[in-house]
Amino acid sequence: MNVQKKSSRLGLGLIYFFLVIWALIVLFPFYWMILTSVKSFAAYNSEYIPRFWTPNPTLENYVSAFTTVPLGRYFLNTLIFTVATTGLMMLVIVPAAFAFARLEFRGKNAVFAFFLSLMMIPTELVIITNYVTIVNWNMRNTYWGLILPSVTSIFYIYLLKENFESIPDELYKAAKVDGTSDLKYLLRVMIPIAQPTIVTIVILKVIECWNSYVWPRLITYDQNYFLVSNGIQQIRESGFGRENTPAMMAAVVVISVPLIALFLVFRKKIMAGVSRGGTKG
Amino acid sequence: MKTKNNWKAWLYLLPAIAFLAVFMVYPLIDVCVYALEENYSFAQGEATGIGLANFRYVLSDPYFVQAVKNTFLIVIITVPVSTGVSLLISLGLSSIKKLQNAFQTIYFLPYVTNTLAVGLVFMILFRKTDYTEGLVNLLLGKLGLGGVDFIEGPYWAKMFVMCFYTVWVVMPFKILIMTSALASVNPDYYKAAKVDGASSFRIFRKITLPMISSTVFYLIITGFIGAFKAYSDEVALFGTNLNAAGMNTIVGYVYDMLYGSSGGYPSYAAAAALILFAIVFTITYINLTVSKKTVQYV
Amino acid sequence: MRVLLENLTKRFASRTEKGRDVIAVNNFCFEIPDGQLVGLLGPSGCGKSTTLNLISGLETPSEGRILFGDQDVTRLPPEERGVGLVFQNYALYPHLTVEENIIFPLQNLKGKQKMTKEAMHEKALEAARLVQIDPLMERKPKELSGGQQQRVAIARALVKIPNVLLLDEPLSNLDARLRLQTREELRRIQRDTGVTTIFVTHDQEEAMSISDLIIVMKDGVVNQIGKPQEVYDDPVNLFVAQFLGTPAINVLEGELRGGRLFIGEEAVLDMPGKADGPVWVGIRPEGFLLDENGPFTCALDRVEVMGRDVSVVCTHGKMTGRNIRAIIPSEDRNSIRGETVRFRLKPAKVHVFDRESEARR
Repeated sequence: MNVQKKSSRLGLGLIYFFLVIWALIVLFPFYWMILTSVKSFAAYNSEYIPRFWTPNPTLENYVSAFTTVPLGRYFLNTLIFTVATTGLMMLVIVPAAFAFARLEFRGKNAVFAFFLSLMMIPTELVIITNYVTIVNWNMRNTYWGLILPSVTSIFYIYLLKENFESIPDELYKAAKVDGTSDLKYLLRVMIPIAQPTIVTIVILKVIECWNSYVWPRLITYDQNYFLVSNGIQQIRESGFGRENTPAMMAAVVVISVPLIALFLVFRKKIMAGVSRGGTKG
Repeated sequence: MKTKNNWKAWLYLLPAIAFLAVFMVYPLIDVCVYALEENYSFAQGEATGIGLANFRYVLSDPYFVQAVKNTFLIVIITVPVSTGVSLLISLGLSSIKKLQNAFQTIYFLPYVTNTLAVGLVFMILFRKTDYTEGLVNLLLGKLGLGGVDFIEGPYWAKMFVMCFYTVWVVMPFKILIMTSALASVNPDYYKAAKVDGASSFRIFRKITLPMISSTVFYLIITGFIGAFKAYSDEVALFGTNLNAAGMNTIVGYVYDMLYGSSGGYPSYAAAAALILFAIVFTITYINLTVSKKTVQYV
Repeated sequence: MRVLLENLTKRFASRTEKGRDVIAVNNFCFEIPDGQLVGLLGPSGCGKSTTLNLISGLETPSEGRILFGDQDVTRLPPEERGVGLVFQNYALYPHLTVEENIIFPLQNLKGKQKMTKEAMHEKALEAARLVQIDPLMERKPKELSGGQQQRVAIARALVKIPNVLLLDEPLSNLDARLRLQTREELRRIQRDTGVTTIFVTHDQEEAMSISDLIIVMKDGVVNQIGKPQEVYDDPVNLFVAQFLGTPAINVLEGELRGGRLFIGEEAVLDMPGKADGPVWVGIRPEGFLLDENGPFTCALDRVEVMGRDVSVVCTHGKMTGRNIRAIIPSEDRNSIRGETVRFRLKPAKVHVFDRESEARR
């Protein structure tokens, strides 16, 4: 008994040891980027051997991050892009999910099956033509060009439809008897009841928008329309003079903060949402 | 009432159908057209014929061959490693009580970070320049190993940091899914097995693993699909000119053909994208077949 | 409001067999006088709920007419019929408070009927008072007990002062004790409002205890309509006789011969004027009288004590069920001795049915 206890305690210690190691691997890059961002340019360059601490933290890198490159502009662009894409997407997917979940019409199953089959198509396959389409519509370097191709998501329609369907039939009948129109029922009953799922979808979409890189890179070459991801790439290749690493790290911190803050506030919702529907990598 | 709903229902679907038609269905057809149009480029316009020349060109393009090789290496290394490590971490997480929440939160952090941005941090940690050895090389030096530039140095080093970063990025999702799968196993099974005197390893082999096998396969399948589409992590580490770095991936090749330094050839891009789709489709099909035979549905 | 159903028929396309229809409601005709509480009774799947949906307008009939008063409402959508509907699981909006739930129907009113906020509030309070949930107005449905949710659902159905109140299995989600209580409550509310009320149930006791009128359905067809006691005492066929009453009626094979009813070789009752032939004999449990010289003999199995009464469980060669149950006053219990019991039968409690058609003879 005693021996067993000892060995299990040893085992537990080992488990904690490895968990801490992985936690360090995860956290260290964050620490390093914050640390580097507060080292002064001179101090950083004089460290042939990088130091784990800086005695004289400075915020000057943050100033130059916003002044040397239009980081504020990138931020604003990303914000507009994120809000508009997410908002428009909700306007597209909520009615579609409602139609699939609640309304009766000929060909419903066929259309839904077709939607599901499109879910297998990777973006890489359609991006070529979408690029050409946007170019032909003269929408390069416009918000519309950035936004339009990503305002539908079959997966979210599917997720929301499932959720709508779990709302009992009787509620719909009750509303019908009271003379509630379909639209009013959707707005006043279904959306409030499905609110947790809707919030999840919004959060996942916001994360996706904030991190999107490939499409914006294709569609924008004018700095005024860069998103943060493109901005960071721009900074990396030519922004601060190639070696101003501390300023670069300041920009990285600034870009990372909003999502991390969002995460810390909605931690449970985001994790539950991702485990239900999110995919990445 | 059913007939009355008919046109209204289509009205609700209209936006979704319109967007899908323009940005999904039409491009799907169009990409096949592009792939078959010979000698078409943005600069020249007109195609000279219809055929498989684009596929032949792409398959013989050394950059594409390199991209395929890189992609396959990334897939073969990162999928098993990330799945295995995340399984171990999730097992560890589910066997502790204290700090479980804190660990889970920390492990999830990479999911909500901009991969381009954090990629820069990795680049700085791993690279070796004239001014500094870089942190990783410093640690290697302490272990008595020689320094190497992981970013612009030899191929194996670049591949190593590439895979390391990929694993770092995909872990949060896998840990989260795996942990919730483990948590959903009915504890009565464990109690029953303990009463029967089963060792912990036996419990893991005979109870835990079968119970979460469908989740593990789900992660492997999505992991394969995701890893085959690797691109932006590479850009984060090695910059946009991946061909020069020798670190391009298939998706990267598609974008370069479309709009990169060597771009403007949508037909080559289309052919490469279709080849990628065929590869992913085949692998997923194989995965699903294997999982159907192996997974035990409880 | 008087409700009249004329030749109402509803067919659904069959799910299992293509091209064939399932008839849920077949050629319904009945009239519900104004202000009555009517129980629509039948086993599950007999078309009760479909009938209710037809009356409410959630479904439209394949044939026939529905009249509220003198107005033909057959083609009207639900909201124009002025019906209140209470669902089995109450269908309260989970995200709205009790008050918001009750007000919801009022907010849909259009045109002249449109109300001010104060008026709506007033109406809701009135309805809540009627069902005695006015102290709980600010709660959410999940903070209420089943019985309270039930009341909210009724208040919501009543708030528009409907022409007809429809309740689908209103008591089946409540536990036994609450069911009794709510049953009384339903009766009271209906009396107070005077609204013509139709409720669906599969529980005959529930239907019998509070209805002014019961309608017994089977396979989409109305079998019998009448006051509960009349239907119980005078069932038109074997199904109705079996469906009403607990414990259920005892059914035996018998034969009419020369104006007398035979069970086996025993002539148990005189039934003059009835044609000869094989019949089903239905004997209510309370139709047995212990009598040492009685004409009906069965083998005693056991005696179950039920308090005021005892239930004598016996077997008989001609019975169709697993046994025969007779209810007798408990003080008579001591006269049961030996392995057989002999009974005299009360003529009013014995019904005979045709062996083929199962109709009353």
